[in-house]
Amino acid sequence: MGQKLLMKGNEVIAEAAIRAGCRHYFGYPITPQTEIMHYMAKRMPAVGGVFLQAESEVAAINMVYGAASTGHRVMTSSSSPGISLKQEGISYIAGAQLPAVIVNIMRGGPGLGGIQPSQSDYFQATKGGGHGDYHMVVLAPASVQELYELTVEAFNIADRYRIMTMILGDGVLGQMMEVVNFRDEEKIETFDKSWAANGHDNKREHNMITSIHLDPAVLEQWNIGLQNKYKLISQNEQRYELYNCDDAEIILVAYGSVARICKGVIREAAEQGIKLGLLRPITLFPFPTDAFDKVLDIPKAFLTVEMSSGQMVEDVRLTIEGRKPVYFVGRMGGMIPTVKDIMSKVKEIKEKHD
Amino acid sequence: MFLHEIIIAGFGGQGILSAGRLLAYAGMLEERQVSFLPSYGPEMRGGTANCMVVISEEAIASPVLNSCSALIVMNNPSLEKFESWLKPGGVLIADSSMVHKKPERKDINLFEIPATELASEMGNKTYSNIYLLGKLIKVTGCVTPENFEKALYGILSKSKHQMIPEEMEVLRAGMDY
Repeated sequence: MGQKLLMKGNEVIAEAAIRAGCRHYFGYPITPQTEIMHYMAKRMPAVGGVFLQAESEVAAINMVYGAASTGHRVMTSSSSPGISLKQEGISYIAGAQLPAVIVNIMRGGPGLGGIQPSQSDYFQATKGGGHGDYHMVVLAPASVQELYELTVEAFNIADRYRIMTMILGDGVLGQMMEVVNFRDEEKIETFDKSWAANGHDNKREHNMITSIHLDPAVLEQWNIGLQNKYKLISQNEQRYELYNCDDAEIILVAYGSVARICKGVIREAAEQGIKLGLLRPITLFPFPTDAFDKVLDIPKAFLTVEMSSGQMVEDVRLTIEGRKPVYFVGRMGGMIPTVKDIMSKVKEIKEKHD
Repeated sequence: MFLHEIIIAGFGGQGILSAGRLLAYAGMLEERQVSFLPSYGPEMRGGTANCMVVISEEAIASPVLNSCSALIVMNNPSLEKFESWLKPGGVLIADSSMVHKKPERKDINLFEIPATELASEMGNKTYSNIYLLGKLIKVTGCVTPENFEKALYGILSKSKHQMIPEEMEVLRAGMDY
């Protein structure tokens, strides 16, 4: 049966984390994700967990490092400027190979920018905003139900690979309410955590969690290990949705709330006799190259739509490697692309290729 | 196709967001697909507030609207901002206690109701949003009054349940206006 509720995206992320066994949350408030903190502040004590409003984003991410080192499920959340502050900690967590979950409900940048929805942190999320050769797994939900499913999954992926997993949403997803169906009981996967620094009682060698390896030969080997892990993740964890692609003239590529707008565009185009499809990456890292292999021969062109100046479109081009034309349309600064914005680009592309 | 794309707009404090949440909740009780998207941030803190509600029989493409089939406005700036968003034949419900401008559109169904005054006469001017929702429900059929009542019970905290009969009276007055 499950439990059907009308809930705000941010609150669903928090509830999903608790259901997934997260008992440690460290954060610092920032619009448009503060409801995650509100919810955690209310619920964590009730389930015997730890909620802590840290003195800063930097403190919060380092608390995540500490809690993750002990093998417990831990989460932090913020929005764009706050995520920038956390980058050093993220790099350390990547270096130390710790499992943890981080949420970025994006707002317009750069700098303090604004508080309206944006997708301009794609580069930061997928290419590493901190230093060093590292990646996070980046999940991009597009509905409140998916915020639930993917938050639970984020904890499993984090534990499976000992990696930081990011939920990358935007202000629309965080603030909107939709119906969510919670399972009666969450099946919490268990993982080997014999690496954790959680006290050894003099019964075993102590575990060392660190990101420092001063011998370059050792550090190179460590990096090779990381890269092998990312390769494995790329093979195993690509997720995407193909919608209406079978006989599409143009395939739209979009993630998150923009993918929802694109579905509206597809309906409107159909009424005008134009066949559009949607390729929606659900994992942004690993980028779902398999999806492009499947549909490459179908359309005349691809059109990437983003709330940015064009960031994911670079990965689309790298994947397609010039085999099909790739176009871009987007809005910035917290403006949301309208159906009209996208349709006029579609018509421009159609004229060129018909 | 059963599809209602509704925008409710006014000042913060007029119950704009509560009205939207109630509609979405009632829609959920009717087994419809629903979404509710509020404005957030500085505009909520004393400025204009608005929300977008979709109630549909099919999966909702986008909770972000660029046009609407029904619009409730509770102040002048909201009328100025959203009048052009209404689809031809759409429903515009204005609280004429607060909105003193006349809409320019001739291709829409206009209902001007002095809801703030009428709600005060009934004992509580903060129910003006409910008064206007009554008209919306009556004219569009987006949800039933029965499910609206259940939504009130579902959303309001127990301590406020005693107010629900009064609110339902206001809703019915709005339906009959």
